[in-house]
Amino acid sequence: MFQDLFELEDIELMTTTTEIKFSDSAQQQVQEILHQYPADKSKSALLPLLHLAQAEFDGWLSAPVMDYVASILNIQPIEVYEVASFYSMFNLKPTGKYLIEVCQTSSCWMNGSEDIVRYLERTIQAETGQISPDGMFQIKTVECLGSCGTAPMFQIGDKYYENLTFEKIDTILDDLRKENKRSRYV
Amino acid sequence: MAKVTIDDITIDVPDGTSILAAARMIDEQHGTNIAPPTMCYYSKLKTTGGYCRTCIVTVEKGSEKDPRPMPKPVPSCRTNVMDGMVVRNTTSPELLEARAGVVEFLLINHPLDCPVCDQAGECHLQDLGYENGKEGTRYEFQRREFEPIDIGDKIKLHMNRCILCYRCVKTCEQITDGRVHGVINRGDHAEISTYIQNAIDNDFSGNVIDVCPVGALTDRTFRFKSRVWFTNPVDAHRDCNNEKCSGKTRLWMKGDDVLRVTARKDRWGEVEEFICNSCRFDHKKTSDWTIEGPSKISHHSVISQNHNELRKLQLGIHKQIKKLDGTKIDLGEGALNPNNIDK
Amino acid sequence: MSKKLLLTYDHIPGINTLEVYRQNNGYKSLEKALKTMKPDDIVEEVKKSGLRGRGGAGFPTGMKWSFLAKPEGVPRHLVCNADESEPGTFKDRYLMERIPHLLIEGMIVSSFALGANTSYIYVRGEYFYIIKILQNAIKEAYAAGLLGKNILGSGYDLDLYVQPGGGAYICGEETALLESLEGKRGNPRLKPPFPAVAGLWGRPTVVNNVETIAAVVPIVNFGGDEYAKIGIGKSTGTKLISASGHINKPGVYEIELGVPVEEFIYSDEYCGGIRNGKKLKAVVAGGSSVPILPTELILTTAKGEPRLMSYESLSDGGFATGTMLGSGGFIAMDEDTSIVKNLFTFARFYHHESCGQCSPCREGTGWMEKILKKFIDGKATMSDIDLLWDVQSKIEGKTICPLGEAAAWPVAAAIRHFRHEFEEYVKNPQSIHDVKHYFRLNNLVEA
Repeated sequence: MFQDLFELEDIELMTTTTEIKFSDSAQQQVQEILHQYPADKSKSALLPLLHLAQAEFDGWLSAPVMDYVASILNIQPIEVYEVASFYSMFNLKPTGKYLIEVCQTSSCWMNGSEDIVRYLERTIQAETGQISPDGMFQIKTVECLGSCGTAPMFQIGDKYYENLTFEKIDTILDDLRKENKRSRYV
Repeated sequence: MAKVTIDDITIDVPDGTSILAAARMIDEQHGTNIAPPTMCYYSKLKTTGGYCRTCIVTVEKGSEKDPRPMPKPVPSCRTNVMDGMVVRNTTSPELLEARAGVVEFLLINHPLDCPVCDQAGECHLQDLGYENGKEGTRYEFQRREFEPIDIGDKIKLHMNRCILCYRCVKTCEQITDGRVHGVINRGDHAEISTYIQNAIDNDFSGNVIDVCPVGALTDRTFRFKSRVWFTNPVDAHRDCNNEKCSGKTRLWMKGDDVLRVTARKDRWGEVEEFICNSCRFDHKKTSDWTIEGPSKISHHSVISQNHNELRKLQLGIHKQIKKLDGTKIDLGEGALNPNNIDK
Repeated sequence: MSKKLLLTYDHIPGINTLEVYRQNNGYKSLEKALKTMKPDDIVEEVKKSGLRGRGGAGFPTGMKWSFLAKPEGVPRHLVCNADESEPGTFKDRYLMERIPHLLIEGMIVSSFALGANTSYIYVRGEYFYIIKILQNAIKEAYAAGLLGKNILGSGYDLDLYVQPGGGAYICGEETALLESLEGKRGNPRLKPPFPAVAGLWGRPTVVNNVETIAAVVPIVNFGGDEYAKIGIGKSTGTKLISASGHINKPGVYEIELGVPVEEFIYSDEYCGGIRNGKKLKAVVAGGSSVPILPTELILTTAKGEPRLMSYESLSDGGFATGTMLGSGGFIAMDEDTSIVKNLFTFARFYHHESCGQCSPCREGTGWMEKILKKFIDGKATMSDIDLLWDVQSKIEGKTICPLGEAAAWPVAAAIRHFRHEFEEYVKNPQSIHDVKHYFRLNNLVEA
């Protein structure tokens, strides 16, 4: 598990190719977020900052990125690793450009989520968890997203795609291919 | 003060005492054995306890004021006594069944590699399984597996054996000057880790070995040197120049060699005083130490099988056992000599 | 017609904006509260209303509020639990998406009642688009003087912030939520101390569900006594029900508590009956963690009385023959549904969401999922049914937080009421492969 999460080459790639620093607009958001808590409780900003960092740095949190967040909040890096690895929305490995999060719990299962996954796998030519050959897509099966009345569904970035059919999926993926911009929650 | 009755024995304890502490007091005063087992609680560390659920007890009566029973078993380590409380531990078959369930949960993902584990013989999970568990396993699936890793050159982490008690995390938080390891991931994927293979390295980090109830964190300088029951523990001290370290330790000897240095542990398996890494790892010569004498080891422990005190008893040098309450029992010459047992 | 208190205006275009919301009686309760009431008056009205926590536990809200410690000089906080993650539940999402200002109005009034000057809405991270909706609405409210310093000239100050979660069901448990809000792993705390004494950053804190806080608005508007007249018995007021599964009209419905379950399922006002003319097989009435009931027990109690959508009626008969209202996540299953397979998705869910802190839940949830997988794969034996029963019983009541029970109850109920189906999986493993019904797109995939 541990070895899966962390690959040295990835980190080297990150450190050599990118300087880890928030953009000016993100810096401003950091200040706004920090303003929401008492000055001595800034650790509360950790989850919002991790979301922001994931959006800023290619959709995943490398160790140097997490260390950078730790330095902003003046906490130990391990405190960031503990939190980032606990929550399911933080990716600790690089992902496809569009992460397709397919709900598979109860109502979605009753309404065909297994078929949605199989259809997606066939369409993007990658199994669940793998990045598609063109680097565009990655399927991740997730648990209930609170869309049970509009099942089956998946989430890409902050957008919910509901009452899915195969035709709808084709259109969605086509549009995203054209858009070609990394999905993000923030 | 609060009057609490545990397994039909009543004791007065100060307000704010936990049920577990009260039970331990009863054991110390009466020589009984009613204190619930603990795997995650550690009286020397703050905010420990409540996770492993092995110390659960039944509260039959909440208090004099509110005599209602508590609906579920409660963790005795983190539940305080109330005046008039009535608690059941060893006298409740339902509770013992529930505890056997907890033991089973702790064991389903444990590798049971005791034959190659350095902790064997002083492992709390072994004791727990032996005293509170059931024979055999009903778990038929693949157990979770991790590669062992070195956390620095002194400590080995066998995550397979970990029961996620959080003791080592709290030790580093409270005893050392900065925590570099913690619990990452969630649920049964959770693991103790530094995440990026940092060494846990500061003056007191070695204490994580002593607080670990299982063989997840072991001393690399003692690795595979000897089974603990082939060594003789003696209490010793030295003038340690680390002001936070008392220098009071336990040496695990084989002949004249010091194979391992640990903190001294009390009858509940907790260290009496935390020791520094220099005492633990760097002073392995007999001449480094002033030896005080053989350590007190419970006669129930497998370690006692090769221990000075017991050997003296077996050889008939001692013919009395001093009980914890101070009374002495005359056993007769050579009473504990295995050769005499059938006679 | 049922009475509506929360979703009165949800169909009006633009109701998500402050302007339209105010045109439709928006922020009336705030004006009433700040201008004519003292904080304790509001607590009193909430007590009188009989409002019970809408997140699932059903604890009386007024009582929870009255437990809040008020030490001198220590700030207090109100935190809204919008970490809606219980499978089958999507009512809070609907409410926040459609009428964000209703929640904000409720937050301001409730914060005033509790004496909080900084409040937070903790929203599950997956709902990021809703976080943006709420943030916009909050911005509007600040601009209109409804938030910030000296609200409506009353001298009362309140700052309101939205906090995103990171994807963890467990953060719906209030102490785990507070841990998460403090920037930590979502591990539930051992209680006591309760949040009312030591909550966010160790300060006295009240944590309430979205719908609970929204319900404070009509309670203040109409008075607690009027609110208590709606509903039935101790189930006062209205409740949002998230209806999903094999029904004709899935969605969120506001019901007056006490509507017969049969009416809720079959009436065109609500679910509109079972899809494709199929028969109803079973219902999970209050979110994934409450016991599943077969048709005969969900429509009528064991005594033969019609079962109603209320806290008391749904739990009539205890777990032997009853269930719970829970969060109001109402999942209906038709005659072709595999109870075992559905249970497997629940077990997988709880395994995925266990925080791993205490051993029975950490180890037991994964074990249950693995045993259920054996049934799905046609490899189970009869003794696995008993093993599954035993494992769930060893988790229930042995954990720090209710996730242990939430994981154990559905397993127990499925075996209690549908044991024959488990046996069928053992005797005739092929039977699972014959259930093609839910592969509604199957042919397309294979083509």
